[in-house]
Amino acid sequence: MSENVDTTLAPKKIRPPSGRVSRLFESKWLGWVALAIAVAAPFVNATPYALNIMTTAAIFVLLASGLNIVVGYCGLLDLGYIAFMAVGAYTSGIVAKAFDLPLLFTIPVVLVMTVLAGLIIGAPTLRLRSDYLAIVTLGFGEITRITANNLAITGGPSGIFGIPGILKIGDFDFQQPAVFYYVTILVVAGFVLAAARLGKSRLGRAWRFVREDEDAAEAMGIHTYKVKLLAYTFGAIWGGFGGVLFAGHLSAVAPTSFVFLQSALVLMAVVLGGMGNMRGVVIGALVISLLPELLRDLAEYRYLAFGVLLIVVMLFRPQGFWPARGYEPERKPAEEREAVAVAGEQR
Amino acid sequence: MSAVLEVKNLHIAFGGVKAVDGLSFDVHAKQIVAVIGPNGAGKTSAFNCITGFYKPTAGEVLLKGAAITGKRPADIAAAGVSRTFQNLRLFPDLTVLDNVRAGMHLYGGQNWADAIFHTPRFKRSEAAYTEEAHRWLDFVGYTGPRGVPIRNLAYGQQKQVEIARALARKSDLLLLDEPAAGLNYSEKQRLLELCHRIRNLGTAIVLIEHDMGLVMEVSERIVVMNFGREIAEGTPAEVKANPAVIEAYLGRDEDGEVQSHGDA
Repeated sequence: MSENVDTTLAPKKIRPPSGRVSRLFESKWLGWVALAIAVAAPFVNATPYALNIMTTAAIFVLLASGLNIVVGYCGLLDLGYIAFMAVGAYTSGIVAKAFDLPLLFTIPVVLVMTVLAGLIIGAPTLRLRSDYLAIVTLGFGEITRITANNLAITGGPSGIFGIPGILKIGDFDFQQPAVFYYVTILVVAGFVLAAARLGKSRLGRAWRFVREDEDAAEAMGIHTYKVKLLAYTFGAIWGGFGGVLFAGHLSAVAPTSFVFLQSALVLMAVVLGGMGNMRGVVIGALVISLLPELLRDLAEYRYLAFGVLLIVVMLFRPQGFWPARGYEPERKPAEEREAVAVAGEQR
Repeated sequence: MSAVLEVKNLHIAFGGVKAVDGLSFDVHAKQIVAVIGPNGAGKTSAFNCITGFYKPTAGEVLLKGAAITGKRPADIAAAGVSRTFQNLRLFPDLTVLDNVRAGMHLYGGQNWADAIFHTPRFKRSEAAYTEEAHRWLDFVGYTGPRGVPIRNLAYGQQKQVEIARALARKSDLLLLDEPAAGLNYSEKQRLLELCHRIRNLGTAIVLIEHDMGLVMEVSERIVVMNFGREIAEGTPAEVKANPAVIEAYLGRDEDGEVQSHGDA
């Protein structure tokens, strides 16, 4: 950030968005609408293929919402985010297989491992700023994958397979595709909501202060290193849970799932959707994960079409589909506030 | 009366340049002290040493008798020092209210679990944050919009918000780095009056300022710096009459006599 507030970037309008569409999009019911659509989707199309795609997309939304905490809120460019998903997926897979446990019961171990991974990767790297941090996280992402590729416990290049399902109560198996889809939706919705709420809290504000101006944040008594480490740790937990769902979904984990391209795709979802705005990021993640499937008819040209589409979006909406806007309601005029206060006293 | 801030023999050097070279001064509670001096005299460097952005190479800084020398800026802020910056250092994309809320970070009142589950504690503390932010904006006399990103606002308004943010920290000591730079006459008058109201809250103020009219009017004591050293200290009247100060500002005549006219 430059020292002065750069007013050349200032939008012309300073009023809050007032169009009908914008108001609709800012509505707090939008989350429920999205959830309803997700719940209703299998009633429209419940082929195994469609369920598979939708489950994958939901997991991708979880990853993007986690990376949004790190990149969008806190402004820390992380090019190796998929490493946390790898840690989550491998941990749950290995523990579940070794003790023949349903995946659900591996969550405490996954939680511990991802937090540890976040701290181990974050503690040395978060002292660096911007470009250096990006390069180091890129390195850590690759190190994680290559380590998994070479260790015996992670099954080497072929990975681990035959991972038990998430849970089985009597005859009811949560591993059935439709049930697993709903479990995924539930978990993802919870995490997305949690991430959005974190963004609007004291901690979320501290992340934004660090993103905007680290020195000024520090001068206000915000321990920027601790705050950044917290963002990283939360990002790691989100990624770890994505990994658990991933392992449950495929019942197999292999190093090829955690290549740099995957990190780049998650980052793209965040940037494309609108950094720092959870709603935009969810849409970005859905576009990134579903578009290649919708473009399947174009056969080998589909990634070309995908790329062109992304460039077009970046040209016309350089801050993403739906950038974070800093608006909040103004205070009510003084007379009104006094009227309320008087009414309160009389009561 | 005990000193809020004691700076003892402060030194900092960047390579061979001694930016601050043995600066000492005290600030007592409810006192307004101005630090003046020509450009490059080391005023801002001294501020940065006090607030922890630079690590002084020698010397000591005591806040209410406790050493804060070389601590992390966040810890110094927590100990009770608040500051503004020479060039505005606001959070441009965040709203005016959010900018002021930055000063309230240390109030606490909620943790991440409260935020995720929207506990009553969270709602209470958020409401308190907002109310307090409005209160400080009212205090500095800010009348502009409050829910819009700060980058859209006029310079004078941004300056007001920066002071509101520093005040929200509720510190014992407020460091203002050129608060009047770029302000017009009536804005300066309001700043003067604001300084007195801040002092009445029980906060000591140290300000760096180039506007001599303002400095002479607002401050009880003036520390004059040149080449990293303190060359004079005293009441405005004493400083105005000090030959060393006049020399630093106006230079010497060719025949070596200090100029006696002019307003330092």
